[in-house]
Amino acid sequence: MKPHTLSVLVENRPGVLSRVTGLFSRRGFNIESLAVGTCEEPGMSRITIVVIGDDAKVEQVMTQLHKLIDVIKVSDLSENERVERELALIKVNAEPGTSRAEILQIASIFRALIVDVGSKSVILEVTGDTEKIDALEKLLRQYGVKELVRTGKIGILRGSKSVPGSK
Amino acid sequence: MKPGAKILVESLPREGTEIIFGYPGGVVLPIYDELYDSSLRHILVRHEQAAAHAADGYARASGRVGVCLATSGPGACNLVTGIATAYMDSAPIVAITGQVPTNLLGNDAFQESDITGITMPITKHNYLVKSAADISRVVQEAFYIAGTGRKGPVLIDIPKDVSTGLAEDTPLPEKVTLRGYNPTYKGHKRQIDKAVELIVHAERPLIYAGGGVIASNASAELVSLATLVGIPVTTTLMGIGCIPCDHPLNLGMLGMHGTEYANFAVMESDLLIAIGARFDDRVTGKIDTFAPHAKIVHIDIDPAEIGKNKRIDVPIVGDVKAVLQDMLSGLKKNNAYEPWLKKIKHWKQHHPLRVKDDGRLHPQYIVRALSELVKGEAVIVSEVGQNQMWTAQHFCFHHPRTWITSGGLGTMGYGFPAAMGAHFARPDVPVFDIAGDGSIQMNIQEMSTVAANKIPVKVAILNNMYLGMVRQWQELFFDRRYSFTELPPVDFVKIANAYGIDGMRVDSPDDVVPALKASLDCNGPVVMDFRIEREENVFPMVPAGAAINEMIGGHPRS
Ligand SMILES: Cc1cc2nc3c(=O)[nH]c(=O)nc-3n(C[C@H](O)[C@H](O)[C@H](O)COP(=O)(O)OP(=O)(O)OC[C@H]3O[C@@H](n4cnc5c(N)ncnc54)[C@H](O)[C@@H]3O)c2cc1C
Ligand SMILES: Cc1ncc(C[n+]2csc(CCOP(=O)(O)OP(=O)(O)O)c2C)c(N)n1
Repeated sequence: MKPHTLSVLVENRPGVLSRVTGLFSRRGFNIESLAVGTCEEPGMSRITIVVIGDDAKVEQVMTQLHKLIDVIKVSDLSENERVERELALIKVNAEPGTSRAEILQIASIFRALIVDVGSKSVILEVTGDTEKIDALEKLLRQYGVKELVRTGKIGILRGSKSVPGSK
Repeated sequence: MKPGAKILVESLPREGTEIIFGYPGGVVLPIYDELYDSSLRHILVRHEQAAAHAADGYARASGRVGVCLATSGPGACNLVTGIATAYMDSAPIVAITGQVPTNLLGNDAFQESDITGITMPITKHNYLVKSAADISRVVQEAFYIAGTGRKGPVLIDIPKDVSTGLAEDTPLPEKVTLRGYNPTYKGHKRQIDKAVELIVHAERPLIYAGGGVIASNASAELVSLATLVGIPVTTTLMGIGCIPCDHPLNLGMLGMHGTEYANFAVMESDLLIAIGARFDDRVTGKIDTFAPHAKIVHIDIDPAEIGKNKRIDVPIVGDVKAVLQDMLSGLKKNNAYEPWLKKIKHWKQHHPLRVKDDGRLHPQYIVRALSELVKGEAVIVSEVGQNQMWTAQHFCFHHPRTWITSGGLGTMGYGFPAAMGAHFARPDVPVFDIAGDGSIQMNIQEMSTVAANKIPVKVAILNNMYLGMVRQWQELFFDRRYSFTELPPVDFVKIANAYGIDGMRVDSPDDVVPALKASLDCNGPVVMDFRIEREENVFPMVPAGAAINEMIGGHPRS
């Protein structure tokens, strides 16, 4: 069982996300992460899904995904060299004084941006792979994380290769 | 400009529809109003489930797309079992449902149900139409999707304001093109060559043919290939009819209730050629023991089926007909398998299916008697359970699309309404529903439909006053504890008569042939209540979890 990052190119139509996720839920897969957005093709969206499962089961879901009329391409990015990113917004307790200074320091080490400063808290924006965001979150815990929001993971192949179409 | 309902009703004949099965209600009133003046034939069923099964029976008997229509909420929900049945057996139907007006969607409005959400996992595709201007395009796409590639049900949900809304006729493309849907028909040349190579070098090849051969209208190609090279053929429940039952190379059905010789052949073959079949667990038994010595070639139009349950040596994605034509051109007449065919002949002689001849009324005898009377020139539909298995085993089918049964979902109550639909596809031959007393009572209200429309379906109830198939399992595996499987006697003749249908009751073997003949002579529907041996079992049988050659109720191994 290992994580698979699947990239699914779909027609941007109502219901398409339910169709896609339904194929996972009926097989008892938990979706670890999900990101949806428009993409380079007009009228289409790209869905990035991270699931943990054995290779044969994931391959079966991929072939079932292909069968959906609204699905144009499906690929497993995990097989290739790729760049993967998530974005997180973290609201941390930051009383003016020492903790605030420390937080700002941590933010700069992680190349996180301070996107809002309140009287008792600050909001950090950070981008990176899962490990980096996990690490930042862990460090910030000691100050009190009031709220944390993470996007799903998105991924792209390295080099001039683009997501292979298999439909 | 015309209303969406009119656009819908006009678009159906363009797709080849001549008949629809339906049931009206509030939000489909505009559609029914258009049907009033239309030349489309509409059959009013008595339960929407029957509309879906009738469309499905029509589709399987004709090879064309069947159509059913229901109102929103309860009407649409009643279609669900029928749609799921069609989905599991890849039967092409288009189900049209009414929906509450678009401004009320999601408001729990009167008779609202999210039928596109509900049917997402049991349709090949579905549509919620948002504008009258989209109707003709959606209908064209729906028929295209339902009737091509791996066929299956498509649902079109039409809100009331869309069927009353006005739109212009929009010109339609000659051919539908959908970016995300491009079935592969032609098989890969190199893969086909590999398969041919394997056939040439095999010693004990076997063809395992399924419903895909029938869906592809490829029976002739299948028989040509088998005969040319001399490869024996076993069929799944869904593949029955793709090779004549009395063809010397036909081994009948394999699997749980297959023939012993078919299952022996699977276990000993060194090359299994799966053609339009999906390695269902009722066929394979314990999967790791299935065809242990065989290399496997799998021809299927659906790439998701290949390797799903069993590792495949030579996968060929494509339409059976096209692939077999290509294979045929690479093969020559062959007598290489003589020892293998001799062995199979020996098994066939020593392990035949049996019928008891002890003066009592055995269901297998009834099925064989009917088979001899109609000689393959009939459409035989079944319900689910023992009745279905006895028919599959003992009826001699000569043609594809003359055997219609719910295999994948195993839906009791399928047979009778499917038989109604089959009649409209094949008015030239008699149509029988072979039923159990349990199953027939799941859609018995359709007696009113066949009476009102003079649909000459002959219902043969193999009445054992049990939910027989379940009772059989209780007898064999639950210590004869018949928990809730006994049914009280029902006077089916009286029920038939009450609906205005002829009925006959048959208690002894001597009366079987006269009753069947009388039913054939009758122009209208007939119900025959055969009071069979109550605790008759379906044998041979592979117990759950066993290898398919470990059958009970067979002959001692010679
Ligand atoms: C009580 C009961 C007992 C049963 N016992 C048995 C039994 O003993 N033996 C048995 O065989 N079944 C039995 N069944 C039926 C079983 O459950 C399955 O429905 C059946 O085995 C499936 O048949 P199939 O493999 O032919 O597949 P189907 O469901 O007919 O599927 C057809 C396959 O062909 C492919 N296909 C479709 N169109 C094409 C095309 N144009 N070109 C290429 N490929 C195509 C599809 O993708 C699919 O893979 C039983 C059912 C019930 C209810
Ligand atoms: C709708 C539905 N409910 C339950 C079942 C489970 N089931 C399979 S066979 C069977 C018994 C069928 O009894 P009957 O129609 O009398 O046929 P017999 O087996 O006696 O020929 C049952 C209950 C089913 N297949 N379908």
